[in-house]
Amino acid sequence: MQDIKELREIYCDSLLQMAETNKNIVVIEADLTNCIKTGRFKAAYPDRFINVGIAEANMIGVCAGLATCGKVPFCSSFAPFATRRCYDQIFISVAYSKQNVKIVGTDPGITAELNGGTHMPFEDMGIMRNIPNMVCIEPTDASMLKSLMPQIAAYNGPVYLRIMRKKCEQIYGDGAEFDMFKAFTLRQGSDLTIFASGIMVSRALEAADKLKSEGIYAEVINVYTWKPIDEETIVKSVAKTGACVVAENHNVHNGLFGAVSEVLAQNCPVPAESVSVKDQFGEVGKIPYLEEKFALRSNDIYDAAIKVLKRKK
Amino acid sequence: MDKQKLEFLNAKSDEIRKILIEMIGRLGVGHVGGSLSAVDLLTVLYYDLAKVDPKNPKDPDRDRIVMSKGHAGPALYAALASKGYFPMEEIKTLNQAGTNLPSHCDMNKTVGVDMTAGSLGQGISAAVGMALAGKMDKKDYRVYAIIGDGESQEGQVWEAIMLAGNKRLNNLTIFLDNNKMQIDDYVDNINSVEPFDKKCEAFNMQAIRVNGHDKEALENAILQAHKTTDKCTCIVMDTIKGYGVPWAVSKGVGSHSFSISEKEWREFCNKEND
Ligand SMILES: Cc1ncc(C[n+]2csc(CCOP(=O)(O)OP(=O)(O)O)c2C)c(N)n1
Ligand SMILES: [Mg+2]
Repeated sequence: MQDIKELREIYCDSLLQMAETNKNIVVIEADLTNCIKTGRFKAAYPDRFINVGIAEANMIGVCAGLATCGKVPFCSSFAPFATRRCYDQIFISVAYSKQNVKIVGTDPGITAELNGGTHMPFEDMGIMRNIPNMVCIEPTDASMLKSLMPQIAAYNGPVYLRIMRKKCEQIYGDGAEFDMFKAFTLRQGSDLTIFASGIMVSRALEAADKLKSEGIYAEVINVYTWKPIDEETIVKSVAKTGACVVAENHNVHNGLFGAVSEVLAQNCPVPAESVSVKDQFGEVGKIPYLEEKFALRSNDIYDAAIKVLKRKK
Repeated sequence: MDKQKLEFLNAKSDEIRKILIEMIGRLGVGHVGGSLSAVDLLTVLYYDLAKVDPKNPKDPDRDRIVMSKGHAGPALYAALASKGYFPMEEIKTLNQAGTNLPSHCDMNKTVGVDMTAGSLGQGISAAVGMALAGKMDKKDYRVYAIIGDGESQEGQVWEAIMLAGNKRLNNLTIFLDNNKMQIDDYVDNINSVEPFDKKCEAFNMQAIRVNGHDKEALENAILQAHKTTDKCTCIVMDTIKGYGVPWAVSKGVGSHSFSISEKEWREFCNKEND
């Protein structure tokens, strides 16, 4: 556990690695270089690095322009400022214009901790998911980010990447491989499916352990790509289990619960419960306080599982 | 400014700096540098020129003070606490779960805070709105907005300045906390906002450049803004990030946000124990 890298280290490692062979990779920041720690990229490729200053809307527009000239810009900020603060620029200059820009939003949901309500995004994946053709991914841990980065760079189109900056719980082994367009089944089960993303994955596994000790078998599926969502894996699982819980570090509206429900309602309607933030704003606090306040603990997943099993006939 | 007044204001800014360092010190980490650079201005506003009353914090006729660089909340809270807007005890709750003093200014949580901020660039627009409302209602309250030099890279700042200049909002004074630094580096190394005064003048405003730690100069500049009937004024305050706390200043760009040990804050505040 001790030698796990911070996600921002992995992010910069990958950029450096890819930049060697792909001359078009450029990194654009808006005064949070020291937070995402892309300083090593700046040092290695000073002419492929631009800090636009505290100007997120301009950052996105600049990235769009760079992309029209064949560059592959990776830009970042805290998630609310990388998405909400420059939404129309993302919508028009990037997505509508079909430009190949990668947008990284950090400190998702309650992991914004002491930065509080203004910096605590529970809506970023929702608003980004609502932009046509925007790929929305929340990598779960360092191994997954490492595996996905080259695919994201190779994919020709806009991508939103929601990541924690610092160390996060390791779910997958070093060298694990993932497909950016697939969900990953972590545990097989027969009684219900728990779909989880980001910091909720480890909580889902904990809840599944507790359920198992009571003879209830939960299938746990890590849906890291919210859009385009892996319909096949989702439908196949609930067709077997007949009920599901969706756990996300995000608002209930337009988040993973919404994305999964859209698939289920059309293909395989089953009782579903949501573990998520219920239309609230964030506030300052540490994770233990915030996860209790917003009911994002493994116990909340467990309770939701018991509830959904009662609804399952 | 007479000597007595200056001594009084200096004592107050010392007190505010101590409250501020104790507040962040007790938590252990926070936005120290950009809070400290704004303290002398806040002292002049709250203890000299702004028409505000801690006993009547929602008075519709009060002057408004908008901390657009919302991460300097602790400076504002320290000024408000020293003025008695809320019990001094509350400073111990900075950024704790359920606090009224979150890292970024929140008008719905803290008594005396006139505008919520934290997403840079937005407070100044709200200040323009407050000044416009004052004109509509023919009120004579004034609006003071404090923005950061890094913050001024946001396009919205210039949208606000353009409107304030063109609407000749003489009831609005904008203060640039020109401490030359942002998170990543010196502002000039990233994307310079200078010459800020010339830019403001080109936007049909009056601009005055002062040493932002010279209270007399600040007072004079604000009084000049009060006297000006046909223009909005921008006061470019040349400041030092971390001013007043040597071990903050010496961190340079690193003074933006850093950890303070118990020993450090207790020494600075002359508070051996509680
Ligand atoms: C829209 C937005 N982008 C980024 C941030 C993150 N951020 C907080 S403070 C800061 C630097 C501010 O620099 P400056 O305005 O010069 O403030 P000061 O030096 O007075 O602390 C940044 C980038 C933010 N709060 N809001
Ligand atoms: Mg500054």
